[in-house]
Amino acid sequence: MALWYLTRATGGVALVLLTITLVLGIVDVARLSSQRTPRFVVDAVHRTASLFVVLLVAIHVLTAVLDSFAPIRLADAIVPFGGTYRPVWVGLGALSFDLLLALAVTSLLRARIGVRAWRTVHWAAYACWPFAFMHALGTGSDIKPGWMLWLSLACAAAVALAVLARAAASYSAGVAVTGVTAVLAIAGLALALWIPAGPLANGWAKKSGTPSSLLGGKR
Amino acid sequence: MRPERLVVDPTACTAHGMCAELFPEWIQLDDWGYPMIDSGDVPPDLRDHAERAVKMCPALALKLRRGS
Ligand code: HEM
Ligand code: SF4
Repeated sequence: MALWYLTRATGGVALVLLTITLVLGIVDVARLSSQRTPRFVVDAVHRTASLFVVLLVAIHVLTAVLDSFAPIRLADAIVPFGGTYRPVWVGLGALSFDLLLALAVTSLLRARIGVRAWRTVHWAAYACWPFAFMHALGTGSDIKPGWMLWLSLACAAAVALAVLARAAASYSAGVAVTGVTAVLAIAGLALALWIPAGPLANGWAKKSGTPSSLLGGKR
Repeated sequence: MRPERLVVDPTACTAHGMCAELFPEWIQLDDWGYPMIDSGDVPPDLRDHAERAVKMCPALALKLRRGS
């Protein structure tokens, strides 16, 4: 059981660090630096934080596999959607993990593979985060509405702001901001509808303890 | 160790100016943010700074070259 707690703790911290990494990456390309936080600082923290993300997620995955609480195999952490324990939501985590590994490996080999190839892979960062986010909300559906939910939502807000700022700083800012705003609005609306009906409803039902009141009590 | 000079690939450089932040002793930015680099050999005691600037360049446009 101790391992399972470690799984959750590292998962939460990894999401926060991944958010920081993503936001700093965006700040970096959007050149939102200043005299007091010069670019090389943003860049260095971005690179260092990303390595901690890989480390934390590795612990997160290993403890989840080693712990006997949930039947998760090592393969389920890498090959998405093949498992028996919440396959969709663990699968999203596996997808995110795969992208994370690709980002880290290509970044470490950047000088060798060249900027163009590295850059192409690096766009995957924008998919990596949403996968991790949905994995956190979906897999943690027995997590009661509490700090993990608010933490995840705070991360989402930070990412949304950064992506908007990135769009505003891009060459065709008008089109980019409109597009990003539309995507963010749809995502926000979908989340607002899904969270109360999905993870929150289940969490509440678990807490109430009885399957009958689970169905009756949930709106 | 043979002397080395810092050179920039002007087509790859994206004018981020990171190199000038990291190695101001050797690199200055022009009005458009592109680096102007001292063409002399990098002295051994500044070598670490030169290497860091090369490693951190987002465009991998900065290189250390053996002197001619
Ligand atoms: C593994 C997690 C990582 C994530 C989620 C991530 C995310 C990002 C994002 C979102 C951007 C902005 C890309 C854009 O909008 O064009 C970025 C830029 C950047 N990342 Fe990462 N990154 C990660 C790892 C790394 C690593 C390990 C390095 C080490 C070399 C690195 C180096 C860079 C650099 C240099 C930029 C700026 C590129 C530029 O200014 O043109 N990243 N990153
Ligand atoms: S850090 Fe690289 S891309 Fe930026 S100005 Fe210097 S050489 Fe050009």
